[in-house]
Amino acid sequence: MTDSPGTERAVLDRDGLGALVRELRARGHTVVGPTVRDGAVVLDEIDSADRLPFGWGVEHEAGRYRLRPREDGAAFAHSAGPQSWKAYLHPQRLREWTADREADGRITVRAEEPARVSYAFLGVQPCDLRAIAVQDRVLGGGAYTDEGYRGRRARAFLVVAECTEPGATCFCVSMGTGPGAPGDAAYDLALTEVVDDGGHRFLVRAGSPAGAEVLAALPRRPADGATAEAAREAVADAATRMGRTMPGTDLHALMAGTLEADRWDDVASRCLTCGNCTMVCPTCFCTSTEDVGDLTGDHAERWRRWESCFDLDFSHLPGGPVRSSGRSRYRQWLTHKLGTWHDQFGSSGCVGCGRCIVWCPVGIDITEEAAALDREWSARTLPPTAPAEPGDARGRSPGRTGP
Amino acid sequence: MTDQEPRPRPRLGVFKFASCDGCQLTLLDCEDELLPLADEVEIRHFLEASGAVAPGPYDLSLVEGSITTPEDARRIRQVRADSRHLVTIGACATAGGVQALRNFADVEEFTRTVYATPEYISTLATSTPVSAHVPVDFELRGCPIDRGQLLEVVTAYLSGRRPDIPDHSVCFACKRRGTVCVTVAHGTPCLGPVTHAGCGAICPAFGRGCYGCFGPARSTNLPAYIPVLRRDGMDERDVTRFLRTYNAAAFEEPSVRESRP
Repeated sequence: MTDSPGTERAVLDRDGLGALVRELRARGHTVVGPTVRDGAVVLDEIDSADRLPFGWGVEHEAGRYRLRPREDGAAFAHSAGPQSWKAYLHPQRLREWTADREADGRITVRAEEPARVSYAFLGVQPCDLRAIAVQDRVLGGGAYTDEGYRGRRARAFLVVAECTEPGATCFCVSMGTGPGAPGDAAYDLALTEVVDDGGHRFLVRAGSPAGAEVLAALPRRPADGATAEAAREAVADAATRMGRTMPGTDLHALMAGTLEADRWDDVASRCLTCGNCTMVCPTCFCTSTEDVGDLTGDHAERWRRWESCFDLDFSHLPGGPVRSSGRSRYRQWLTHKLGTWHDQFGSSGCVGCGRCIVWCPVGIDITEEAAALDREWSARTLPPTAPAEPGDARGRSPGRTGP
Repeated sequence: MTDQEPRPRPRLGVFKFASCDGCQLTLLDCEDELLPLADEVEIRHFLEASGAVAPGPYDLSLVEGSITTPEDARRIRQVRADSRHLVTIGACATAGGVQALRNFADVEEFTRTVYATPEYISTLATSTPVSAHVPVDFELRGCPIDRGQLLEVVTAYLSGRRPDIPDHSVCFACKRRGTVCVTVAHGTPCLGPVTHAGCGAICPAFGRGCYGCFGPARSTNLPAYIPVLRRDGMDERDVTRFLRTYNAAAFEEPSVRESRP
């Protein structure tokens, strides 16, 4: 909650939030925010703050999600929903190029120009802010940059809503990704919703020059001590109400050390390999290419679509899928997310949003699986009665990393 | 190309066995693509479209329907012999169809009950997929098949590539199109997590659970999912009926089937 130099903290009321949406739209942004549809708080394009889910909360459990009315009328007191912002920054299907055979037989290939849409995301929770930062490293940086992603991301205006109402499946505290928006995170505005005897209001601070400019255009009042204190308390209190905790062990080492654990068989007996966890994960980024042609063969297109490591085709090589068992696919997902992601991208791939727990039809819980692996690992690495033979099946030996 | 010799067009045959004709109708329903298709292939056998038939061999044969009679069993072998590339279309041809419910019952009892003169009925005790009788080059799922997928199979055949027909779960399609999960958010029984994608996840988009029209996905774990169906209000009989619809026994692993009364 430290102020960035040169920025003010202010208080918006509900009308101020409405003005924020209007201001963002006036600046040419497509405003996307949470709204209620089909029994869930989903993300959608909104033309007015009235479409925000005022008075709706959410009840989460493993494999279960229900909307619950809230008496306080809060707009941002719902933790992670079925979608994440990647649906906008990293769309599920994109055309990459088209090719046409001309009458003279020449083939012309045209790269697809990415749409110049400029999003404003309203109500980005801190876990999701971290997820965007993770995808920035994966897709927007490094040796293989997705220019389309980078453009969408560069044009996006992020309005954070600090989390004051974590769900039963949330564990951002143990991942170090929430519930507040840290001062060093990249965002434009950060809101903290306060509903108490002093009214329904939003403590707001700017995190960028663009954010400060927008804030300056809104009807607001200077932050008062009571609102600032209530906001600080709401976020601090949220930190104590996480429904889940990721084990405090070194997860990178745990994943590398448990490749042959019995737990993988256990989770594979429950896993449907349906792929929901990867689709709802705000950091999962894998895609596959899809070549389509017309009946004449004179027109072809290449598309890119979301792919999942739970799809057998994902690891299809000439001899068939490399990861044919559910065990090897779940293990691939978890060890990448919590382990080798560090090697590849310098952070964990998990931000503790809990979506994979909620939207798994059978309620497989990533924190529970990590804890079980940790128990199994500890039991095996604690001083055994006799030293282990090299190359035994404990899974800590080198060379036993294949699926 | 007008000055050149017309290139020989691949010869297409469309054949029907025990089925409702809905999958063949999907081909006729291709509308805008139907005339271009007729330019690219020579339609030599397609009784639903034309009574004019030409003999084989056929380069590409689309086969609808399951094998339910001794005559079917003979004829499918002839179709196979006449076809360079044989693609089955729809749940009947790939899994036996709804008529494979007979596989769990006594067909003689059915014929005695239904027909005034059951001795006129010549039928097999089972309804089986084409692949149970002859080698099949590709199986297109669905009850009925999806128009876009059918065109993809034909287009891929014409360009000599593998059709892009993903065999993952319907959940992929729901998540891609932004449909809220009807099982997780509403407690609606849905076969999506164990069902082969291809329809575009139509039913959940309208708040209904998936009926499993496309049969099992290539990778499933049905025993792990049955407790969820039970939790959402289905008793043992409901679960069995839910699974045994258009694809009859296809969903049920033998171990599951054996454990069921």
